Amino acid sequence: MPGLIDAKDTDMKYLLLIVSDPTLPSPEPGDEGFDEYMAAWTRYTQDMVEAGAYGGGEALQGPETATTVRHEAGATTLVDGPFAELKEHVGGYYVVDVDTLDDALEWARRLPVGTGAVEVRPIFPTDGF
Amino acid sequence: MVARNAGIDRLRRDAAAGRRVAAQARVLETGVARDEAVEDPDGRAAALVAEDAEVGDERLRLLLLCCHPSLSRETQVVLTLRLAGGLTTQEIASALLLPDATVQQRIVRAKRKIRAARIPLTIPADLAERAAVLTDVLALIFNEGYVAHSAAAGTLTRVELADQAIRLTAAAADALPAEPEPAGLLALQLFHRSREAARTDEEGALVRLADQDRTRWDRAMIARGYAVLGRALAMRRLGPWQVQALVAAEHTRATTDWARIVRYYDLLIGMTPGPVPRLSRAVAVAEVEGAAVGLAAIDAIEGLDGYHLLHAARADLLERAGEPAAARLAWERAAALATNPAEIAYAERRRRACGA
Repeated sequence: MPGLIDAKDTDMKYLLLIVSDPTLPSPEPGDEGFDEYMAAWTRYTQDMVEAGAYGGGEALQGPETATTVRHEAGATTLVDGPFAELKEHVGGYYVVDVDTLDDALEWARRLPVGTGAVEVRPIFPTDGF
Repeated sequence: MVARNAGIDRLRRDAAAGRRVAAQARVLETGVARDEAVEDPDGRAAALVAEDAEVGDERLRLLLLCCHPSLSRETQVVLTLRLAGGLTTQEIASALLLPDATVQQRIVRAKRKIRAARIPLTIPADLAERAAVLTDVLALIFNEGYVAHSAAAGTLTRVELADQAIRLTAAAADALPAEPEPAGLLALQLFHRSREAARTDEEGALVRLADQDRTRWDRAMIARGYAVLGRALAMRRLGPWQVQALVAAEHTRATTDWARIVRYYDLLIGMTPGPVPRLSRAVAVAEVEGAAVGLAAIDAIEGLDGYHLLHAARADLLERAGEPAAARLAWERAAALATNPAEIAYAERRRRACGA
């Protein structure tokens, strides 16, 4: 479908927010299946790099390590824990650099997450602001 | 006179359709939506839609965009009627019995998401999944018009909504010649629509299929339904909409082969496990094996106690089984649960016929 989308106008970034329940078992180093588990993530990241879609990504330590800085009327307070007490927590993220939401959704689908959710959010474009 | 005006309006709409498809496509892609002043300063995105693209292709792109899986089902319905159907916000609101503001808000939000998240106006390589969503949305729109939760006063009648759904489904089936299910849905819609004139009596009460004056059925529409269904079945990929069209086709014949209908519902249950196809199957079973067997099948269904048609089906079979008192209670329950005035009137009439 030539001409449908102007290539110059397709610089979009999306945040893939990986959300999962930390109490669900995931393979630890030394466990059976751990190497395969890690290999799937490595392969995923490599695929993204090779596709030119990789815009960064990290895994986060558990929610028990989180500190929340809450801003209210100019004052700040510290809270021990994540910003919301939920069963599911942000476990990591990727930034994908692709043309459209469909491409971002495809990367979100391909994430080797056993059980969990991936929120896909467009990042504000830096041009035009 | 009213009907004539509606006809002229429709012609105007159809004439504007081609222009609108291209215009809306551009509006969405460029971010220069009319109901939100979003700047597109250098106009660089102004001609994103290929000028030489086929209208059919553009129409499909627009339909797929309106039914993008990242949008909620309610949004898909409203957006399809607005952008692909060209209905006004007020027409959609009155057809779906929603406040104008709700419809307006859904459209504005959807357009904002389409632009901000850059939902593409493209035809994906693998169409099956997207075609399934589109087909479900079009079925829902038809259902809103045909089954009608309640009669609506306003600029758009429910029949016009059903007709709008048929036009959109025909466009989808045309644009997706390798997908059998949109054509299956279209055939189903045509079979249902062919009976419109015979479906209600002078008082607006429902006339059930068996009692309808068949001379009032639209034979040309039925013939078209058969042609469309034939094309779909020739693709040899059976799906739930084709099976439901087969059931509706069987009902257009001079004598209904209920055993065949039971087999169709067996197929459908295998494809879409849920209680509603099982209710339909139970009704067909009663025609083959008698009211008692049908009743037993209905009573084995779980999770449909709030569905008026389950109680209507039970009531009918209880009457046939010679249990007027139980039938009366079941009609009462059906009338209480139904929301469509024609269906309520029908249940009330049947309840009264069961005696005190």
